[in-house]
Amino acid sequence: MSKIHVTTTVNGDEVEFLCDSRETLLDVLRDRLNLTGAKEGCGTGDCGACSVEVDGRLVCSCLMLGAEAEGKSIATVEGIAEGEELHPLQKKFIEYAALQCGICTPGILVAAKNLLERNPDPTETEVRYWLAGNLCRCTGYDKIIRAVMDTAKDMREAS
Amino acid sequence: MALDEYKPQKGGTEYDPEKTEFTFVGTRPDRPDGLDKVTGRAKFGADMSAPGMLHAAIVRSPHAHARIVKIDTSKAEAMKGVKAVVTRADFADDIPFKPGMGGELWNVLENVMAGEKALYDGHAVAAVAATSALEARDAAKLIEVEYEVLPHVTDVDKAMAPDAPVIRAGTRDRSVPEGFNENVVRYHESGHGDVESGFAEADLVIEDHFKTEATHQGYIEPHACLAMLGNDGKGELWCCTQGHWNVQKLCAALVGIEQSQLRVTASEIGGGFGGKTAVFIEPVALALSRKANRPVKLVMSRSEVFRATGPTASTSMDIKIGMKKDGTITAAQGTFRLQGGAFPGAPCEFTAMCAFAPYALENVHQVGYDVMTNRPKQAAYRAPGSPMAAFAVESVIDELCKQLDLDPIEVRLKNASKEGTKASYGPRFQRIGLVETLEAAKAHPHYSAPLKPGQGRGISCGFWFNHGGETSVTLAMSEDGSAQLMVGTPDIGGSRASMALMAAEELGIPYENIRVTIADTASLGYNEVSHGSRVTYASGLATIQAARDTVRKLKKRAADKWGIDEDAVYWEDGYAKPSGPNAGEFEPMHISKICAKMGATGGPIVGHYEATPEGAGVSFATHIVDAEVDPETGKTSVVRYTVVQDAGKAIHPTYVEGQYQGGAAQGIGWALNEEYIYGEDGRLQNSVFLDYRIPVASDLPMIDTVIVEVPNPGHPYGVRGVGETSICPPLAAIANAVSAAAGARLRELPMSPPRILAALEKQANG
Amino acid sequence: MVKVHLWSGLRAFAGGAEVVEVEATTIGEMLDALVAAHPGLEDAIEAGVSVSIDGRIIAAGLTEAVAPENEIYLMQRLKGG
Repeated sequence: MSKIHVTTTVNGDEVEFLCDSRETLLDVLRDRLNLTGAKEGCGTGDCGACSVEVDGRLVCSCLMLGAEAEGKSIATVEGIAEGEELHPLQKKFIEYAALQCGICTPGILVAAKNLLERNPDPTETEVRYWLAGNLCRCTGYDKIIRAVMDTAKDMREAS
Repeated sequence: MALDEYKPQKGGTEYDPEKTEFTFVGTRPDRPDGLDKVTGRAKFGADMSAPGMLHAAIVRSPHAHARIVKIDTSKAEAMKGVKAVVTRADFADDIPFKPGMGGELWNVLENVMAGEKALYDGHAVAAVAATSALEARDAAKLIEVEYEVLPHVTDVDKAMAPDAPVIRAGTRDRSVPEGFNENVVRYHESGHGDVESGFAEADLVIEDHFKTEATHQGYIEPHACLAMLGNDGKGELWCCTQGHWNVQKLCAALVGIEQSQLRVTASEIGGGFGGKTAVFIEPVALALSRKANRPVKLVMSRSEVFRATGPTASTSMDIKIGMKKDGTITAAQGTFRLQGGAFPGAPCEFTAMCAFAPYALENVHQVGYDVMTNRPKQAAYRAPGSPMAAFAVESVIDELCKQLDLDPIEVRLKNASKEGTKASYGPRFQRIGLVETLEAAKAHPHYSAPLKPGQGRGISCGFWFNHGGETSVTLAMSEDGSAQLMVGTPDIGGSRASMALMAAEELGIPYENIRVTIADTASLGYNEVSHGSRVTYASGLATIQAARDTVRKLKKRAADKWGIDEDAVYWEDGYAKPSGPNAGEFEPMHISKICAKMGATGGPIVGHYEATPEGAGVSFATHIVDAEVDPETGKTSVVRYTVVQDAGKAIHPTYVEGQYQGGAAQGIGWALNEEYIYGEDGRLQNSVFLDYRIPVASDLPMIDTVIVEVPNPGHPYGVRGVGETSICPPLAAIANAVSAAAGARLRELPMSPPRILAALEKQANG
Repeated sequence: MVKVHLWSGLRAFAGGAEVVEVEATTIGEMLDALVAAHPGLEDAIEAGVSVSIDGRIIAAGLTEAVAPENEIYLMQRLKGG
């Protein structure tokens, strides 16, 4: 079966790949581009572990085909830090122990960053509903919600 | 037995009551693997690749119970890109079947790859490896399996009925009394006193029946592995597991190679909760790899995780408790029937033994049945068996308090187990912290806060044994005075931070100067699985002992340099110091100075410790929860939640809180939403997260925690395991809150909206 | 002689006894002596037992010492999740 040639931008870098028409964006990121930060927890768009941004929109990369990435701009967890400088959310997640096993963390960071870019001053309820598509089985979400709220506060004060 | 009568164990692993001041222990530093986890570079099970790697897929039975008449692999084998196909014939054929748990290795093999029969929907029957994941999946569809469908049973009570189809004749062991269906495979009975006379003394006796559905551990990372095995019998395996030595042992036996020839490396693990203490796909990947002579990667889909890996047991329980008007419990009796899938092993004994552990009882009697059905083999799930027992027992206690108009915490305090109490499971308790958790709960502002209309408050206690287990730790000094600590228990919730804190405490060097690695099976002695809340207890104890061994060696080097006896040297804050004027006048020698010269003063300085610590202290918790029930829809919201639990000693309090919160959240899911739903056809109907709904962020409130510290006599710092006890009280605490809010007692889990509405309707109709 | 308390389910295999007295100085010797005295106990002991000595639960260790003054209970093998 012939493969599809795709040109796209991932974390600011132009990349090209060949993929099967059935491969998801998540498959492509993980298996063809070696970006294994996005995780497959379900493959059905229910767990959010594969969350990435596509042209600034939060999507489950397991629900989008790799071929659909043509001409798009993709942002993954690997692109959140700038050089050695971690994003405030990343720092706060470590400080607050907002992760235990850490498998959901990449997706939650991508989703939380997307939220704070849209809404720098979210209420607890808004954070909880925004992250309702990102399952975490370890933490009970308590420390995650606190980390996001406190990062938002720090970022507001810094700006 | 009082603490001062406690007999020290060999090796100084007992609690040191003098050690009350800590430099590092009890602080909250960043975890060592934090950066890896927030940048996406941490490598989990599915994140590893190898040159020439193949991908694999498994063919699974669509039937709950069927004889496998024929498997035709020819079409798959002829497909382009397919490199290997395996069936049961490709695994060891010399593993004996035995009744009960004596034949556990055979059970594991039978579960990994079906033999003569498929025993549940999702049971593996064949597997294929091909050059891509898509090709492997296509090839799996070409494997033709001919089945002769057999009658099936998935409900525990139905499986015990005389006419139920028998899953596997000859499985029951000799513990089972006469007269039961052969699906009852193990039996437990324990207790003391005379319950009948106890009930006669009671002012009120309540007897009730409870059921809980199976739930899944629900780790977000599906099982994944990368295997390489050659026909020389040497193999390499990378996988997400709670215990890689256990994987090594089981896989080696199942594919028929020597244990030591298989090196297993544990990846970062995306949650386990007991469900990753078993093997499922790893032996299959090894068998495929051997046949293809290439590395094979095998990753489960979410649906495979639900259909074929460990849910917890489902239960059917009868509880009878007698109480006097003053709240004294006079007798307690429980019957616990656990369904554990198509294999023996449902933890009926733990359910029975944990059920009444919080209470000092003169008359108690408990019976457990391990029952087989056509469902996946149950796996351990956080305090296996205990949460269900607590649900049933604590619901009845709550109802007694209600009907006798007594405060539920006062009643629990009145009957609480203490040091010296004869436990419901037999022996006397050592030092325990149940009373302290109850007092802390009573004093917590949550307990006296006003409730809004439509809300109810519930409380519950919970108990778990905790575990020690085989443990090896090595601590190697570097020339600059930093330390490499190798432990063998996979880090699921931040345990590397706790290990580094304990090593720092003993060595007297900064936390950051210690690098903790989860060593592979070739780099350390045997380590039991990360289960039984054992990691901070047992690997922690071993870390302390390995550090003390290192300090002894460091002191020796200083003593040699000074030309004095090593007993005349003591260790403080990272320095060797002469212990008094008699020892001589010497400038304290820093660890970095000793290590800089170690090659020339006797060679590498390495401390180690290998043992099976046997002092894991049991643990108790008390939870308070407020719930609100919507009478229109039957939906329950948890509006406030407080966990009070005895940690013995919290090494890294933030991660202790995390265990408390996580256990509560899983308990909330178990209580309100989660369940395995089987159709009449015996097939699992909800094998995706959309239909098997675990709590999401918008379902939960913040979860308050109170860490109580009643030291465990069996650990140098007093540590008790904390991972499991936190899931024991929630089912009952929420049921009691729901009962208070709705004015109707819920006796079946989950308390999903249809069940709540049915209970409300039944209540309204009297 | 050490006195070993059996859980009720085991008593049928020890002639109904709640407590069995055997000659032993370690858990290993004690378990061997129990099987020698009551062969019916072998299956349960083979399947795995833990032992409580004065309230301290020994999950697996066979070398731990036992003495006549100890309160000793057999328990089903402990593990965790």
